[in-house]
Amino acid sequence: MTTHRMQTIVEPSRRRSSRRRNDFAVAILFLAPATVGFVAFYVWPSIRGLYLSFTDYNIFQAPVWVGLKNYEKLLTDDKMWNSIVVTLEYVAINIVFQTILALLIAVLMQRLIRSTFVRGILLMPYLVSNVVVALVWLWMLDYQMGITNQLLEWIGLPRLMFFGSEQLVIPTIAFVNIWRFMGYTALLIFAGMQSIPNTVYEAARVDGASEWQMFRRITLPLLRPNLAMVVITSMIGSFQVFDTVSVTTQGGPVDASNVIQMYIYKLAFSQFKFGYASAVSVVLMLILLVISIFQLRLTRANSSDLV
Amino acid sequence: MTAIANTHKPALRGRRFRRPRLGKVLGWITVAVLIVITVFPFYWMLRTALSSQNALYTDSSSLLPVDFSWGGFRRALGLATQEEALADGGTGASVELLSSLRNSVIVATCVAVVQVLCSLMAAYAFARLKWRGRDVVFTIFLAGLMVPGIFTLIPNFLLIKDMGLLDTLPGVMLPTLLMTPFAIFFLRQSLLGINEEIEEAARLDGAGPFRIFFHVVMPMVSSTVMTLVILTYIAAWNDYMWPLLVSSTSNSRVLTLALGTFYASSPTTGPDWPGLMAATLIAAAPMLLLFVVFGRRIVDSIGSTGIK
Repeated sequence: MTTHRMQTIVEPSRRRSSRRRNDFAVAILFLAPATVGFVAFYVWPSIRGLYLSFTDYNIFQAPVWVGLKNYEKLLTDDKMWNSIVVTLEYVAINIVFQTILALLIAVLMQRLIRSTFVRGILLMPYLVSNVVVALVWLWMLDYQMGITNQLLEWIGLPRLMFFGSEQLVIPTIAFVNIWRFMGYTALLIFAGMQSIPNTVYEAARVDGASEWQMFRRITLPLLRPNLAMVVITSMIGSFQVFDTVSVTTQGGPVDASNVIQMYIYKLAFSQFKFGYASAVSVVLMLILLVISIFQLRLTRANSSDLV
Repeated sequence: MTAIANTHKPALRGRRFRRPRLGKVLGWITVAVLIVITVFPFYWMLRTALSSQNALYTDSSSLLPVDFSWGGFRRALGLATQEEALADGGTGASVELLSSLRNSVIVATCVAVVQVLCSLMAAYAFARLKWRGRDVVFTIFLAGLMVPGIFTLIPNFLLIKDMGLLDTLPGVMLPTLLMTPFAIFFLRQSLLGINEEIEEAARLDGAGPFRIFFHVVMPMVSSTVMTLVILTYIAAWNDYMWPLLVSSTSNSRVLTLALGTFYASSPTTGPDWPGLMAATLIAAAPMLLLFVVFGRRIVDSIGSTGIK
């Protein structure tokens, strides 16, 4: 009797609140600060950046509309193509080795390391800035006094100019960043592994499967969507490598590490070619957009063999 | 022989206390190697920072500090006089570490707190409030995730310049101060995951939307919010490219930038490595300290939700 009465009291008001409620005025208040930030620093700059890519602009005089001239120039700009090749080389080395290492660490985290402390240690490099990481490795890889070259000499190998040689500079920068990100990437992959039920492994163990077989037949296939997401996100990040290059080599020697973002930075802030630099940014954005769309489709089809 | 070995294996596997297998041993060796690779550079920073510059050249591979000295830290903090610095083999170039330390603290604190609060409010409007056009607006915000940082960099620089905020702390903070699409997206997800009944009850009791937001919703997501604040703090602290564009003097120079400048201004023939390593340690210390305090929370949140 009493419960019945309760229901009749509660129900109409609840129905009213969910059907007729319109929080428009409140929503505007809640959204106002974020919208200001979004419009001022995302929407408007995107439009302005696109516009500037069609202009000649040296920041001291008003931009002059030049149509597609910047884009035509792009096609024959050897330095731009060099920077794309250099960036691709960096992304390839970085992603391949980082993913393999991170996957190995993630498996170790899942099958062997139970301690949060060890996981924390492996995450440490991620917490310090690119600049700190770059400076430490610059010191450790120093030709004369770096500990790495001392080690090479002890083993009987010749000393290497890690940051000073055209062949080694990109692999070196790639490995410095792998050092910073491998623990973090491993944790992301490990997060994906958490969704694989333990019972699957137990069943496999009963059937006498080895660790390697379990990795090949269970972990890898079930992890596929998560792994793809992690790889693509890292890839988008790698394409925008700048800090490490800026601190260690400034793009040198002889443009051997002149990655796209470094090239854009120099175009705009040392040569004051803001229009042309914007056009190169548009190219980089298009590359990243293609990758992002690919990623979005993966998120939509976010099912592994498990679901 | 092999037949015997094979029949023995299952028996061994079934025993509760089995001898560690080769795979497991290899696994632990790998873990040990990874830990050494991860930790060694941090140790090397400390070891170099505590060495004296001149002695470093004579014995550059010693595992312990060479000719122990606080000189590196003194030079990094600007405590050493010009003569003292030059005598130690330093450059005499000043890092202005303390003023940039203060700038970094202000920037990272403001960005972390304001960005997460504003993003949380927006996320609440998207997750809970009911208004027409909500999903369309949310999709537009979400599209912001697709805009790479590099694309907005030059126009944002021009905007800050037009506003007359170059080389000011607000200029360093503004682009990330009010929101990031990721923060909104992430917070909306966690708001959708909490029970709506309690808010509904508060509403029936006559609580207004702001009261509900601050007194009911925020306590329920406080743990997620805290994690995001910490991670945003770390990201803001470590940012380098944007400050590089807008800062030119110690007015707004943050730590990452001061380190870069310190290195760039030291002679390429013989940089003041102890001073540099002391400075990098001072720059890294707050993050490592934050990690000692909140480490478990950070590791668990990355390890379970995959938060960026």
